[in-house]
Amino acid sequence: MHQLTLAEIARGLADKKFSSEELTKALLARITQLDPQLNSFISLTEDLALQQAKAADARRANGENGALLGAPIAHKDLFCTQGIRTSCGSKMLDNFKAPYDATVVAKLAAAGAVTLGKTNMDEFAMGSANESSYYGAVKNPWNLEHVPGGSSGGSAAAVAARLLPAATATDTGGSIRQPAAFTNLTGLKPTYGRVSRWGMIAYASSLDQGGPLARTAEDCAILLQGMAGFDANDSTSIDEPVPDYSASLNGSLQGLRIGVPKEYFSAGLDPRIADLVMASVEELKKLGAVVKEISLPNMQHAIPAYYVIAPAEASSNLSRFDGVRFGYRCENPKNLIDLYKRSRGEGFGPEVQRRIMVGAYALSAGYYDAYYLKAQKIRRLVKNDFMAAFTEVDIILGPTTPNPAWKLGAKNSDPVSAYLEDVYTITANLAGLPGLSMPAGFVDGLPVGVQLLAPYFQEGRLLNVAHQYQQNTDWHTRTPTGF
Amino acid sequence: MALERSDVEKIAHLACLGLNDADLPHITSALNSILGLVDEMQAVNTDGIEPLAHPLEASQRLRADVVTETDHREAYQSIAPAVENGLYLVPKVID
Repeated sequence: MHQLTLAEIARGLADKKFSSEELTKALLARITQLDPQLNSFISLTEDLALQQAKAADARRANGENGALLGAPIAHKDLFCTQGIRTSCGSKMLDNFKAPYDATVVAKLAAAGAVTLGKTNMDEFAMGSANESSYYGAVKNPWNLEHVPGGSSGGSAAAVAARLLPAATATDTGGSIRQPAAFTNLTGLKPTYGRVSRWGMIAYASSLDQGGPLARTAEDCAILLQGMAGFDANDSTSIDEPVPDYSASLNGSLQGLRIGVPKEYFSAGLDPRIADLVMASVEELKKLGAVVKEISLPNMQHAIPAYYVIAPAEASSNLSRFDGVRFGYRCENPKNLIDLYKRSRGEGFGPEVQRRIMVGAYALSAGYYDAYYLKAQKIRRLVKNDFMAAFTEVDIILGPTTPNPAWKLGAKNSDPVSAYLEDVYTITANLAGLPGLSMPAGFVDGLPVGVQLLAPYFQEGRLLNVAHQYQQNTDWHTRTPTGF
Repeated sequence: MALERSDVEKIAHLACLGLNDADLPHITSALNSILGLVDEMQAVNTDGIEPLAHPLEASQRLRADVVTETDHREAYQSIAPAVENGLYLVPKVID
């Protein structure tokens, strides 16, 4: 039962082969048995899950149908869940029971999805390895000595290990696509503004975007359908109609113009990953796609610009954690400043503190033009590169990451070495474009992802290309040994 | 320009972060490493380029000036570290 995808679950429930309650109980038992090896969950919500599963079964008994009705999922632990701990992977919010549901949580619950729990993540989504969590590192089910990627490492490890079919995640600089690549999943970061950020604990507000992590493009289409849409509560939500993503899956790729940026293949890319990327291009050519070399000349400037913009916005967003209204408060504060400083000094971990300080410095008097404004200008150059490329091609294809998942602890001594691994994913966040990572092979037994990028609001095209690729390849069906 | 320990102390103060003295040397070195990466931006020619704040260049939406929120005071105060008589408690500010 644990091998079933969301699409197969929907068919099984509709055909009464099993009930949502049976499926939910089976997966909860599997999580209890296997997750101690992975640490992918921060909280299990068994009571809520069984209640939602029974309600979904009752709705189906009344003739209702729906792709998510009775489908088990989990939420990355930065989506607020009313009355349930929403920790953001931080000691700061270890005691925080959100007073309301995030829009994404409410929408998926209304569609009948069953929440099994809240998944582990890098603290405040700051990391690429899921090692900065207050609740401990998450392990990669493909090799328990390696990281699963981050920041959505818990969602990725759980879905890859078949603990559940799909989970929500968020992506500020690659946090959906990079863990998808590291764990052999399909993950989609939608266009900025496509999925509501309301109730999603903010890291960098102009970059953050929620999206699905699943084993197939077909399942990403189902989960995205439940997440996407305009929300008046999110001031940056875009009022664009949501297309039928599942209907977009089966279009032909005949004549599809794929752009492959030459800058992606410079030094730093593992040549074995380069070979797998080119093999995926050959596969898409067989399906009718045509390939063209393109150039994204400002790609290399994206990382430094990102490491100004994201920390600057984080330093502002995280100023709300003051030990007064919610979250961690230090013991016996001497005065108000001591309360603020010690609550934040004790409540935040080292990576979060570093990014807050980089941001505070970049925004401090006399440095704003040299850092934040300069980074925003580079952000436009990065966007302009894409706009020029998309006049010539329909999608852009390349590696999701320059290397496969590294060993736990390998990059802990030098934060910058981990930052550089985000080189291919960060540009889509700066430009606000949709991006998808899909399984494309293995190196040393570790999964490799191929990234597809499309123009604004063309999530359907990304899902179409990935689905067609998955109809003709079987990388995405491989299961890690022991799971 | 590399940050000195005193610069890091000042930044930590601005960010209201209480740091342990023992951690300052490696925090200083990590921040200098990050700022070294960030400084690669300065080599990029951005003359005449307008800054981009919102990827889709959307502006803030306005709504009708009517009350849409209900009172959540009890729910919000129930998760606060210290409240009394409907007020959030902090250490004494004025003597």
